[in-house]
Amino acid sequence: MGKAGLIRIAVILAAVLALEIACRTGAVPPSAVVPPSAMLASVYEILTTGEIAHDLRLTLTAVVIATIIAIVGGFFAGLIIHGLPRLRRTLAPLLAAYYAIPHLAFYPLLIVVFGLGLGPLIVLASLLGIMAMIIATLDGLDHVPRVLLRTAAVLRLNRWSEMMLVRLPAAFPHLLSGIKLAFSYAFIGVVAGEFILSTAGLGHAISFAYDNFQNRRMYGLILIAIGLVTLVNTTLLVGERRLLTRRGMR
Amino acid sequence: MTNEHVSFRDVEQVFPARGKQDPVHALGPISFAIRPGEFFSVVGPSGCGKSTMLDVMSGLTRPTRGQVIFEGSPLDGTVPDGIGVVFQEDASFPWLTVWDNVAFGLRRRGVDAAEIRRRVDYALSFMGLAAFTKAYPSQLSGGMRQRVCIARTLVMQPRLILLDEPFGALDQQTRLLMGDELLRLWRETGATIMLITHALDEANLLSDRIGVMSARPGTFISIVETGWAKDRDSTLAELPEFGAVSSRLWALLRSESMRAMGQHAASRSSLAGKAA
Ligand SMILES: Nc1ncnc2c1ncn2[C@@H]1O[C@H](COP(=O)(O)OP(=O)(O)O)[C@@H](O)[C@H]1O
Ligand SMILES: [Mg+2]
Repeated sequence: MGKAGLIRIAVILAAVLALEIACRTGAVPPSAVVPPSAMLASVYEILTTGEIAHDLRLTLTAVVIATIIAIVGGFFAGLIIHGLPRLRRTLAPLLAAYYAIPHLAFYPLLIVVFGLGLGPLIVLASLLGIMAMIIATLDGLDHVPRVLLRTAAVLRLNRWSEMMLVRLPAAFPHLLSGIKLAFSYAFIGVVAGEFILSTAGLGHAISFAYDNFQNRRMYGLILIAIGLVTLVNTTLLVGERRLLTRRGMR
Repeated sequence: MTNEHVSFRDVEQVFPARGKQDPVHALGPISFAIRPGEFFSVVGPSGCGKSTMLDVMSGLTRPTRGQVIFEGSPLDGTVPDGIGVVFQEDASFPWLTVWDNVAFGLRRRGVDAAEIRRRVDYALSFMGLAAFTKAYPSQLSGGMRQRVCIARTLVMQPRLILLDEPFGALDQQTRLLMGDELLRLWRETGATIMLITHALDEANLLSDRIGVMSARPGTFISIVETGWAKDRDSTLAELPEFGAVSSRLWALLRSESMRAMGQHAASRSSLAGKAA
């Protein structure tokens, strides 16, 4: 680990310690924040009793399905939009303003349409994630160096081979950032949807704890959610770093 | 075959106006031919249209006017079989190892595996890259990456090889050595070579003929015959005739380069005029 990594850990530890002290001395009331040690103990209890397993399974199912829809759908949509410049110009304002749309506001409507359950969560989360993938795909295809395409032409590749063997591999680092973002957005979408209205899932469990003044439990669940996202993102990040190092991009 | 491997007939390239920019008349009208098996170099001030000429000659760009004839047939806007190009920029694929980079074109051509291995290994050792087959381009210097691109072109066994300032990233000594390698390759393959370079000594040493280009729009002011023996190498540079050709090239280019610089200065002052 580099010096920056050590400093980062030191800063985080110091912040956690400061919070612990603030909570223990009563500077921060337990009705607002419980001490970090209590949060960890709560995480331990929740995970060892296994009571959250059912909620977690539902949440992860929705996240995985929505992520896949967002990645696959976003990728192909990106390909098509890239191939049709006029469509792209028409869509440009939507592409730019997409994340200003309050998608969560449509969630109640989705429930009316799809019924309560995984359906509306998956739709909401896919909608949130898909644009990140579309934009990443467009960005990647826009930035394929011209000389590589000229090389493909000299080697007499047809359009299909050019796409599969030159454009997509060249765009892959961008696609990977799109995948990372799509997952994060899908996770946010599912948990937020569950939080607002649902009968099960991690977001619902957090909301339930909140409504019933179970602060310790609520913070434990939030830590679990953060832990999950961090785990997946770190895995993707490690893969991305390896790839970029090989390509000499870092 | 005729005595023309590739020829230009009244070729002109004009890049259309973009936004506020005026159209750019980059090349021609220019007519000339390169003979089969010839080593032909092109020198000229930067921005005079050399790379544009290479694009047109390879078939990558269809010229605005005129025709390019390669091996008896006019080019139709695609690169024909038998032409290999080494670009000015680094064109290695960063996601492939050196070996896979060089094998790339052959694999697309459906050549069988044993033959691919034979040709790739040969090209890599020829280019002095045998120790780097498993490396990725990012681990190599700019000059070595350029050699990967040359090797990738060679394995396709092109009959006409176009090289755009391939040694631009190299120091003087390596340049000379690479020049000798290029001559060896030329003799061994019997291919026709067109080399674009800004180094007059390099053009002189390597070429049968040297086209000296005018400032934009590029045309040949003169085509200089060197008359060197086929089995020449860099020791040629010691001959008095070598110096004579070099000073001839320089004399031809001096006024052109000054004109080119004048053009730049003029466009700069007109910009300044607009700003004022
Ligand atoms: N695609 C293009 N669009 C517009 N202008 C271009 C394009 N390619 C080259 N040019 C212009 O044409 C002229 C010749 O360029 P180039 O052939 O690259 O010169 P050289 O290789 O001799 O340095 C330059 O002024 C350049 O700016
Ligand atoms: Mg050039």
